[in-house]
Amino acid sequence: MIEPNRQGEVWVFAEQEDERLSEVSLELCGKARELADQLNVNMGAVLAGHNVRELSYRLIALGADRVYHVNDVHLEHYRTMPYARVMCQLIEKHKPQIVLYGATAQGRDLAPRIASKMKAGLTADCTDLDIGDYVAPKTKQTHENLLLQIRPAFGGNIIATIINDERWPQMATVREGVMRLAEGDPGRRGEIVEETVELDELDLAVRLIERHREKRTVNLKAARTIVAGGAGVASKKDFQLIHDLAGAIGGAVGASRGAVDAGYVSKEHQVGQTGTTVRPALYIACGISGAVQHRAGMEESAKIIAINTDKDAPLFSVAHYGIVGDLARVIPMMIKAIRERA
Amino acid sequence: MSYHSIVCVKQVPDTANITVDAMKADGTVNRGALPAIFNPEDLHALEAALAVRDAHGGTVTAITMGPLSATEVLRDCLYRGADRGVLINDRRAAASDTLATSYIINQAIRKIADYDLIFCGRQAIDGDTAQVGPQVAEKLGIPQITYVEHIVELDGRNARLRRNVGNGWEVVEARLPLLLTVLDTANRPRPASARRVMRAKRARSAAEVEREVKAAMKDADDAAREKEITQRIDTLAAKGLLFDQFDLDDIDADLAWCGIAGSPTKVHRVQSIVLTKEGFKEVEPTEQGVRDMIHELIHDHTLG
Repeated sequence: MIEPNRQGEVWVFAEQEDERLSEVSLELCGKARELADQLNVNMGAVLAGHNVRELSYRLIALGADRVYHVNDVHLEHYRTMPYARVMCQLIEKHKPQIVLYGATAQGRDLAPRIASKMKAGLTADCTDLDIGDYVAPKTKQTHENLLLQIRPAFGGNIIATIINDERWPQMATVREGVMRLAEGDPGRRGEIVEETVELDELDLAVRLIERHREKRTVNLKAARTIVAGGAGVASKKDFQLIHDLAGAIGGAVGASRGAVDAGYVSKEHQVGQTGTTVRPALYIACGISGAVQHRAGMEESAKIIAINTDKDAPLFSVAHYGIVGDLARVIPMMIKAIRERA
Repeated sequence: MSYHSIVCVKQVPDTANITVDAMKADGTVNRGALPAIFNPEDLHALEAALAVRDAHGGTVTAITMGPLSATEVLRDCLYRGADRGVLINDRRAAASDTLATSYIINQAIRKIADYDLIFCGRQAIDGDTAQVGPQVAEKLGIPQITYVEHIVELDGRNARLRRNVGNGWEVVEARLPLLLTVLDTANRPRPASARRVMRAKRARSAAEVEREVKAAMKDADDAAREKEITQRIDTLAAKGLLFDQFDLDDIDADLAWCGIAGSPTKVHRVQSIVLTKEGFKEVEPTEQGVRDMIHELIHDHTLG
């Protein structure tokens, strides 16, 4: 744990795999930049890996004032303990006030290990972050400019705002796709700070024997927008409308089990308990009634549009926008409205 | 060789059936207002531990932290084949966040001492944080292997495990002891066996026995009640049906790291979303209706 440190930087753990920065790390840079500006401090990114120094420039373009770069052959592929060692050592040395991680398989494995070691707080799966004041209910003491860590809780039934007033750094993991990806400025200047970290035997106790990554042909998880069709789509031919709308928005195509079972689209598009769980910024459900098993896979989307001819379709109960109507008429109207704006 | 496994299980409110009374004014969970269930992914952790015992021998100890009624999940573990149940119960542990919880569980595991493998579910449905497993591992000073889908091999003190990391998988190797968090795709939890239910349905913690005797013998004098309590506890212990019960003193926990004092994160504010159905807008299926909606979405940066 470190003491509250008002001059501390706002940090992003720059997750990379196979020399590519994860999408959420890039999104987080934009958010961290905003937070750092609000606090009037610098923004930093920690980039650990082997021969990935080049990635620093992207982080700088997206807002980092400093990139703490650790180059070590043992960091080539992510493993919990050496990466946790790197982060803990740099946190102790530079005392950032905020550290953000993507709520990915990697971030959700790493961040709690660091939080435990640092005896600091950690909020999982945030969907929004802000800076604000907090009055401790018992002492009435005001803590100014804390990180407000906003997340759905209780199966998505409530939104909770969590703070960490005393035992810093303030840390959170943030979901993929909820922060806007900034454009970045390739001309932006920043500093690359070379760091070295000694790794001991225990840090390297887990050996990676075999590693396999799948090229995601259908990347539902990373999609900011998903247009999904259900059994309410009349035919495979009509399912083309779903593709058309996804194309117009720049989104991915999803489907309910009904649509997959009907053979409209392959199983890798399936959203739901037995398919992929998604939480995009926008989910457009077309002709999907909204069985529990489907809702479980998408109801944490930031915004949901439901289009259905049946006004009693359960999906309307989780939607933000409901259109009672025929998707074969409504979708072309949507495409038109989007093209008008573009 | 045989292996001693510890399975961390949690009784959770059933978040699929939530009601308005679910939250208290201070933003903490009103557990009394919700049906309590066995955290679904913990069943897969238990199954993984039982499968190791089936294949190699050893023991399976289930451990949970919660109110006295949390022994319900410990009984369920016995019904499915666990050898022993441990309850951590202490009012001073209330309102612990994941860091304080992991400290307490780590202290209890240190008390149990003899373990090769610790199994946890990937995450619990009441918080979805997936933090306590890795944090317990860090506090015990052992490696964590998260998202375990398959125990490829256990050979002496060496384990090979396949992890599913979403966009692929990997096989890792490490020496025991290890903490594993298990995915629900790892296995199919065995059901309770009728024979085990018959045997274990009377399993209790000492505090539960005390409560039951006090309720049943309201008019008896203290001495008679004490005698009955002692007798029942002895009988259960002889049959292996007495859950170990630890409070924070039993596990030498430093109170500065437990409960509210030990929890760096605090709930600042809570908003209910589904219950109020706030923000639902019915859009007319007309050109104008659709256009207004799209503009709104572009305006609030959802689109574009």
